[in-house]
Amino acid sequence: MTSENEAMDGLLQSKSYWERNRLSEGYLLKKSIKAVVVRICRATLLFGMCFLILQPIIGKLCVSLMAEEDLYNSMVIYVPENFTLANYQLAADFMSYGESLKNTIIISLTTAAVQIFMCMLVGYGFARFNFHIKKLLFACVILVIIIPPQTISTSLYLHFRYFDIVGIFKALTGTSINLRDSVIPYYLMSAGCMGLKSGLYIFMFRQFFRNIPKELEEAAYVDGCGIFRTFISIMLPDAKPIITSCFLFSFVWQWTDIFYTKTFLGNIKLLSRQLSMIGDRLDAYVKMTLGDAGGASVGYTNCIVSTGTLMVIAPLLILYLFAQKGFVESISNTGIKM
Amino acid sequence: MSRQKKPVGLEKRKVIAGYLFTLPFTLGFLIFMVRPLIQSLYMSFSNVDVSAGGFKILFAGLVNYIRAFTIDIEFNRLLVEEILRMCINAPAIIVFSFFSALILNQKFVGRGIVRVIFFLPVILSSGVILGVEYNNSLLAGMQDMIANSNAGTSITGAIQKILVTSGVGTRAFRIVFEIVDGIYDVAISSGIQIIIFLSGLQTIPHSMYEAAEIEGCTAWEKLWKITFPMISPLFLVNWVYTIVDFCMRSDNQVMEKIRSEMVVQINYGFSSAMAWIYFVIVMAIIAVSSFIISKGVYYYDE
Repeated sequence: MTSENEAMDGLLQSKSYWERNRLSEGYLLKKSIKAVVVRICRATLLFGMCFLILQPIIGKLCVSLMAEEDLYNSMVIYVPENFTLANYQLAADFMSYGESLKNTIIISLTTAAVQIFMCMLVGYGFARFNFHIKKLLFACVILVIIIPPQTISTSLYLHFRYFDIVGIFKALTGTSINLRDSVIPYYLMSAGCMGLKSGLYIFMFRQFFRNIPKELEEAAYVDGCGIFRTFISIMLPDAKPIITSCFLFSFVWQWTDIFYTKTFLGNIKLLSRQLSMIGDRLDAYVKMTLGDAGGASVGYTNCIVSTGTLMVIAPLLILYLFAQKGFVESISNTGIKM
Repeated sequence: MSRQKKPVGLEKRKVIAGYLFTLPFTLGFLIFMVRPLIQSLYMSFSNVDVSAGGFKILFAGLVNYIRAFTIDIEFNRLLVEEILRMCINAPAIIVFSFFSALILNQKFVGRGIVRVIFFLPVILSSGVILGVEYNNSLLAGMQDMIANSNAGTSITGAIQKILVTSGVGTRAFRIVFEIVDGIYDVAISSGIQIIIFLSGLQTIPHSMYEAAEIEGCTAWEKLWKITFPMISPLFLVNWVYTIVDFCMRSDNQVMEKIRSEMVVQINYGFSSAMAWIYFVIVMAIIAVSSFIISKGVYYYDE
């Protein structure tokens, strides 16, 4: 039977496409036409959507390289006529780019590290151990995910503005401490799993640890390994992919975050905050240097804002290109379900 | 005797370890969530008086809520606008990300690059980058003007005109066109959702499709009878994620108003009241919609 089939295949392969089509009564032709049509449609659709996503970045890049007169020239759309890098210089000055970049890197790295470490511990606790209030506590995690931080921001803001531990400081110095302009509250919040999107990370870690076979740890327990040592030497090496991706997400989201930055990190020069003020700075600059009461024109503001945005996301884009797999793959491993 | 005791000891240790591991969350939740939550609820019913030495909370009843709904000129409008936008965009995001995931799950040349581009919005649509374009009011006005002046020349505008003049264009169509015009918003906010759907698609056993093919299933039937039920739990996850994400976006106008009321106007009571109104509405939407969706969810394992 099989030899007959093979012979048939050999026969078919030796024949031309049209011969085979005739043999299958037109089915082969129909099938290949269908495949080609599907391919063309898919390619068009994907090209369109990719263009849709990339177009703003390309547009910003082009605009950022134009001199001011190009912006008003309706002949110039994408390719600048007077190529210039002055916009970058100006945007860097407005944002104090070097200092802000350094601060942003430090803050993003440290908060992401603190946050991910704590969320990992909590996620592991939820995945592996049974204790009395576990279900209630996990409901709280879901609650943390869905409560907009804005709801509690008012109260937290006041709390840190007049920070005091049961009145000790007030008794000693007469006033409470203003923690609003320092980094400490934000680190405390990250350590308490209440930072930016912490609930989500706990959820992801829990899903990941639940999918690792329990036998691994049981073997370790039988061999006399303690619970914490088992976690460090058995579970941690397994969890590398999820740690990488959560860390990357945390880093990136912290980098671009504006809400927590504005509320809790008011005084530190961070890129996201600097970027949001760039328009006003440009306005003031134009008013001062050119004596133009109207301030910067719409087109020019747009140009400088685009340049600033590009400068803020450039490090992230580079990171993304190199660590693309880390972003995407590990989420696939968690098998998120509700 | 000792042999019986040992597992009990381990079980006990495990319970303690469970508490220890989740301790950071418990502490953080109590200090940074429960306490502020109660305080902000209390503040929403009071007037907060801030002075140099500290702050005083004076109970004032429903004043702030009444002010939000009846006196404040912006709040009602912003609230309705944002919730309508959410009701239109969230389903669109789910559908878009589902079909994108279906396409990205197929094999074709250049899939790697396309995936990289599709997940780019995860970075680009977060935080300040989304909001900065709407930052300058003059700029926003200008953009509106350009959008209006171009309305006649855009393809959707033309089709809409044809449909309206021929008497087909109804309200339902207008919503469709709004979604089509806002496809960029949809595309950039569906990065994570695509990843989640994609991970779900990859966990569906291949043997299921093979069996269906042998039984003579068409691709269309496979989509509805296998793919759809198998990843239906992810619709719930994505739905909740989309709504939550929508509420926390930095260009959300209600949030912007709450924040400016708090930081610029220093009116803590009023901003807490607005935050609570918004929070309760969003919670209600999430609860009702996830209850409805969860009726249709199919769990393969159980």
